[in-house]
Amino acid sequence: MTIPGNEYVDMSLLDDLSYGNTFVHRLDPRAKLLTTLFFVIIVVSFSKYEVAGLMPFFIFPTLIIAIGEIPVRLIVKKVLLVSPFALAIGVFNPILDTEPMVRLGGVTISSGWMAYFSILLKFILTITAALVLIATTSFQGVCFALEKLGAPTVFVVQLMFLYRYLFVLVKEAASTLQAYNSRSFGGSSISIRVITQVLGNLFMRTVERSERIYAAMASRGFDGTVRFMRPHGIRALDVAFTLLCIACFILFRALNIARDLGSLITGGG
Amino acid sequence: MSHHLLEVSDLHYTYPDKTKALKGVSFRITHGESVGIVGANGAGKTTLFLHLNGFLFPEKGSVTVGDTVLTKKTRNEIRKRVGMVFQNPDDQLFMPRVFDDVAFGPLNLGMAPEKVLERVEDSLDRVGALHLRDRQSHRLSGGQKRAVTIASVIAMQPDILVMDEPASHLDPGSRRQLVELLKGFQHTKLIASHDLDMILDTCERCIVLGDGKVQADGPTVDILTSRELLEANHLELPLSIAKNM
Amino acid sequence: MTDALLSPVVGTGFWAGTITVIGVASRKVREKILLEEKLVPFMGVLAAFIFAGQMINFTIPGTGSSGHIGGGMILAILLGPHAGFLAVASVLTVQALFFADGGILALGCNIWNLGFYPCYVAYPLIYRTIAKERASATRLNAASVISAIAALQLGAFSVVLQTVLSARSELPFYSFLLVMQPIHLVIGVVEGFVTAGVVGYIRTTTKETRDETAVPAYDIRRYFITKKFLIRIAAATLVVGAFMSWFASTNPDGLEWSLKHAVVSNKIDMPEPGSNSVVKGIQKNITLLPDYGFKNGDSKNVKEGVRQSWPNVDAGRSLSGILGGVIVLGFVLGIGLLISKRKKKL
Repeated sequence: MTIPGNEYVDMSLLDDLSYGNTFVHRLDPRAKLLTTLFFVIIVVSFSKYEVAGLMPFFIFPTLIIAIGEIPVRLIVKKVLLVSPFALAIGVFNPILDTEPMVRLGGVTISSGWMAYFSILLKFILTITAALVLIATTSFQGVCFALEKLGAPTVFVVQLMFLYRYLFVLVKEAASTLQAYNSRSFGGSSISIRVITQVLGNLFMRTVERSERIYAAMASRGFDGTVRFMRPHGIRALDVAFTLLCIACFILFRALNIARDLGSLITGGG
Repeated sequence: MSHHLLEVSDLHYTYPDKTKALKGVSFRITHGESVGIVGANGAGKTTLFLHLNGFLFPEKGSVTVGDTVLTKKTRNEIRKRVGMVFQNPDDQLFMPRVFDDVAFGPLNLGMAPEKVLERVEDSLDRVGALHLRDRQSHRLSGGQKRAVTIASVIAMQPDILVMDEPASHLDPGSRRQLVELLKGFQHTKLIASHDLDMILDTCERCIVLGDGKVQADGPTVDILTSRELLEANHLELPLSIAKNM
Repeated sequence: MTDALLSPVVGTGFWAGTITVIGVASRKVREKILLEEKLVPFMGVLAAFIFAGQMINFTIPGTGSSGHIGGGMILAILLGPHAGFLAVASVLTVQALFFADGGILALGCNIWNLGFYPCYVAYPLIYRTIAKERASATRLNAASVISAIAALQLGAFSVVLQTVLSARSELPFYSFLLVMQPIHLVIGVVEGFVTAGVVGYIRTTTKETRDETAVPAYDIRRYFITKKFLIRIAAATLVVGAFMSWFASTNPDGLEWSLKHAVVSNKIDMPEPGSNSVVKGIQKNITLLPDYGFKNGDSKNVKEGVRQSWPNVDAGRSLSGILGGVIVLGFVLGIGLLISKRKKKL
């Protein structure tokens, strides 16, 4: 059986975590969303060969993981498993760019390798930031934050509906697939013909479901506008958190703490 | 008083594919009554219910709630008065968070936020689900989902509650809780179900629908003990009664 | 696309494009919803349907490997361009957060690559041209396959462009293109056949049950986009593209550049790379590993052709950097462990 697979299980885990009640969980979703976005932009703004300057940025996900009581193992596993794209593309740097850049004892490191390390670090930092955001913020919170930050209500409602029904439909897809699999004589592999039928069948049931949902909405006065009550205004603490984080990021970006520390030891620079 | 009244008279309906689903259904439900509707699949229950909320309109005959006759114009008025609890709670709980789902109806009625808050908490409290207020809909158990769907409907303060198979998707324990909940409700109720034991427990009156017509209408105790009547309509004696006979 | 390969300018640039299209699509969809309220739950569950569908891995014939659907073209066909685009965007948003697919800066690029091309290019220009009203099954299949291939080719090209513009990877434009396009041709053919299969299945089933000739359950003609909209989008793309290429050529790293200027104009003392006066002062006194600096004090770039970006690339400082970096990282992890331990005790 192919689904629900690991991704789905992890998703439920992250979803579970997001309803925690720690200092980080209680922060306004807008504060966390903006901080994370700023974090990612600052991280990727480092030049192609920067390695050391990225190190201080680990403090942000580390603190959130520690204070937000997120299991490190889950995050590490997801980062390791996720999208080999960056690593695959990045690997061309050391191959194509072999200029020597750093000599560490007797070993010379090429600028290509430095660029690759840089991509790796940026990858870990940005992916962790996204995972940590959702592990400490409910998806509903993210939706509210997006709306408050100016996203169109139609799109926010779309996100809410998707989130509400994806759990239902993943289960339904799994049972549909099971029904097809138990009838086929082949092994566990699914052919294009089967996937087409499974999806077609699932689609028909999805249309029926949307009719029933519409009936339920209409019977409670739905007129085309989905109304919901917005959470209360932002607290001073949330603003302070955001500003403090952003100030730290800018500071880390402007002063290369790690390199200065290194220079102190080596006497270089 | 008078608006807590549901009258269906000589209701006929034929689907576009020429299936005659309803062939002259008539009954009248008055204030505070609890009425069960039983019948085999295809007896016309679903078609009847689709009329009670204005998703279908009578081909002949009429549906009257209080003093309002169902037409395309009065449809929204009727929907406010008749609270529909649908069969599948997943399809009725469409908002990600319990609070937002229960608040959906009152907000559509244009109520002020403070009033909505009050209404939501009161409704959840009445079904014993106030503690679920901030939970996510997809994380509730079957019984909790059912309770919240009922809360989201009574938050509209309808005159009449109409329920389609409220006990489906429930485990025995949750079913028992639902029965207790329904028994305690003073609302005018119309409950369709294949679960005849539940009808026996919650409704004093029962209507048997068969072949698009009312086959019997009377006290539940009389109807659900009549083996001939039930078997003629592809139904069986409730377990609790069969055991004692 | 993924955050680590993006430069801030490319990342935010594509976010700007994506936000613009989300805005326009939302307005259009809002108009449709007022006529057809059912669209709200329909769009929502259909996105959930694609989401669930993506979790099913199937065997790709002749390759021995397996893959899953993308679904962008299916959504465009079933919902029309605007609602389809919002549905794709919603699916990718959930995946960016829960699966860490790409990250949140790259989300703008990903929505663009996987949503814009199927919904606003392949669907109106290819699918609708081939599959006109009452098209035969063959035409419908051809339309699905060709438009899926085209959408994926454009998407792949877009990824190459974003990667090259970001200048984080050493891969030359043409070589990267030569790898990406053929791979996505294969993916596109498979996606096309699944799209054709699903659309065909839906068409035959709806025909049987409802005796209607419309392709899906909803009439897509009403969601057709106007010429005016296409022209506007094309104009916007040109403007954004021109601006970005200018920006990219004059300032290899836009954010870096703007950050520097912002700091300088605010008269905050900007440290010369690696020459913090305090640090220098201390350095004179304590120097633990004096010989490890590489081309010590030479501020010239190691390599010709490395862009004069800030902070400068300097071999000596790079080594110092690595050492310092390891120390900082150790320090950071220490803090994390300490907090976690304390929390567990409480």
